[in-house]
Amino acid sequence: MASQNVKFLSGNEACAEGALAAGCRFFAGYPISPSSEIAEKMSGRLPKIGGKFIQMEDEIASIGAIIGARLAGLKAMTATSGPGFSLMQENLGYAAMAEVPVVLVNVMRGGPSTGNPTGPSQSDVQQCRWGTHGDHPAVVLSPSTIAEAFQCTVHCFNFAERLRTPTILAMDEIVAHMREKLSIPETVEQVWAKGPSPEERASFKPYLAGEDLVPAWMNYGEGARYHVTGLDHDETGFPSLTAANMEYLHRRLVDKVEKNKKEILLYENHRTEDAEVLVVAYGSTARSAKRAVNEAREKGVKAGLFRPVTLYPIPEEGILTAARTAKKVVVPEMNLGQYVLEVERILGKGVPVARVNLVNGEPITPASILSAIVGG
Amino acid sequence: MSMDYFQYLRKERMPHIWCPGCGHGTIMKSLLRAIDKLKWNQDDVVVVSGIGCSSRTPGYLDFNTLHTTHGRALAFATGVKFANPRLHVVVVSGDGDAMAIGGNHFIHACRRNIEITLVVFNNNIYGMTGGQASPTTFTGARGTTAPYGAIEQPFDVCALAQGSGATFVARALDLDAVAMDRIILAALQNKGFSVVDAWSQCTTYFGRQNKWGDASEMMDRYKALTYNVKLADKMTAEEKAGKYPVGILHQVQRPEFCEEYDKLCARVQGQ
Repeated sequence: MASQNVKFLSGNEACAEGALAAGCRFFAGYPISPSSEIAEKMSGRLPKIGGKFIQMEDEIASIGAIIGARLAGLKAMTATSGPGFSLMQENLGYAAMAEVPVVLVNVMRGGPSTGNPTGPSQSDVQQCRWGTHGDHPAVVLSPSTIAEAFQCTVHCFNFAERLRTPTILAMDEIVAHMREKLSIPETVEQVWAKGPSPEERASFKPYLAGEDLVPAWMNYGEGARYHVTGLDHDETGFPSLTAANMEYLHRRLVDKVEKNKKEILLYENHRTEDAEVLVVAYGSTARSAKRAVNEAREKGVKAGLFRPVTLYPIPEEGILTAARTAKKVVVPEMNLGQYVLEVERILGKGVPVARVNLVNGEPITPASILSAIVGG
Repeated sequence: MSMDYFQYLRKERMPHIWCPGCGHGTIMKSLLRAIDKLKWNQDDVVVVSGIGCSSRTPGYLDFNTLHTTHGRALAFATGVKFANPRLHVVVVSGDGDAMAIGGNHFIHACRRNIEITLVVFNNNIYGMTGGQASPTTFTGARGTTAPYGAIEQPFDVCALAQGSGATFVARALDLDAVAMDRIILAALQNKGFSVVDAWSQCTTYFGRQNKWGDASEMMDRYKALTYNVKLADKMTAEEKAGKYPVGILHQVQRPEFCEEYDKLCARVQGQ
């Protein structure tokens, strides 16, 4: 067994540890509550291991810098919260279009606008999915525990590299700031974007995709001298606005995640085998939900929890399987109903879906979820 | 002395999008001559741009090329350079790209003094989108969004660069390619952040709307609007009033960002 380094950390600190373990060697960021500890931790750690930390002039520059850094060969990340995440949207779309594997951490606070800067929320879920303009893929993970904040950050790096697409860690403020024990493994699996074959290398086409729809990757400075643009482009990377090419490109960008999603769908089933009331909850809300489910079971109600860790792509089959015996579904969220829209769509009209929503800056309690489980 | 431009051009990307009379090609060739003089390995050169007419330049050049979002070229370029300081990073940008939407990145790149050369292809107008007024449109000049003439004061790119901390600041006109060669070469050799305000006439939009004539007439007007900085001492304040100096305007040595970061790492790791 690998020796382990046991610490008592916040979610933000665990995220930074996860990034370093995953091979992140470039961080660009701009201060914003409640994510700033991630930047602070990276600013202390990266210089010690020869990594690069830079505080940029705003969030737009931060995501621009990490995209540039990844092109130049370093795994790169930024961390922000709602207002900064909104500013990053244009370049997030650029990363999706140019297929640059970078990681964005969005520590969700109350919004819209300046909102509740230090309070928890889950109100950026749909922004994580659809924030940037145009059709695009989205890979979004949401941890519930400190250990998971670490693991999900590692996953975000690995999934980004595997699929050549930006990934988002959507962590609510409660997970970001609470502290739990974390055993940091000495090493974790590190995925790097696959390089071209020797034959492909000679005339490298940065957007030539094979069967799995994910093109090979080369860093700038390695001799390929290729072009990267946010314009519609063909397999060479140069602009191409032919109808056939645009249709192919946009479908490929979305399909490459869809086709390979089995590799990145993470979720937990808790007592769902025979659940008549299914709770679907994620992030810190899932902690309250788990307790509510256990308390319902004590009262004789067959309740279960389905907890998506990968919010996008949606674990649709997982939700359907968990709900196969359900007569009612409860979706608690610290927003006015965002992920519930997905659950309702997946389950259709056959099963009633009850919402538990809270946007007052306080966590959703087990009692309020329990009441929705046992109530009419 | 002649050089083989095609060594640096992606011939298959021609023809370029620039209009007849546009000065952008002149600036691009000047940049290529400077790079050729330095004998930089093409694999080690990264040319980054934002959005606009000038920002199409990288697509024509056989280097590592990065066509980013509007105004953000310097942010991307900062990431490239800082991640791999071995790479030579050049940013080409328009006046709208660099001075309006990218203004914040501009001043901070100057302040940071990271070893990147920014060449602003300054044509005083948004060309790609059809001739709207830009932050360098002269007061009184017309744009499609300033049909009665601009009432704002334009940015002086060089004064802003110098005030923000750039360690090499110069202005060059496309009508004097020899001087431009010398200036861009010096900019590329500066160990720090360099800004070249390279004037380029937009005959299609600026020239036509302002009745400034064809390319050669526009160049004459640029000439009349500028003076050689070497002659500044011999000129009276009245002679210089309302005119822009041309040449290397500011050059100082100051710690470069990537080198300072390396020193910081050595200090931290030594503890």
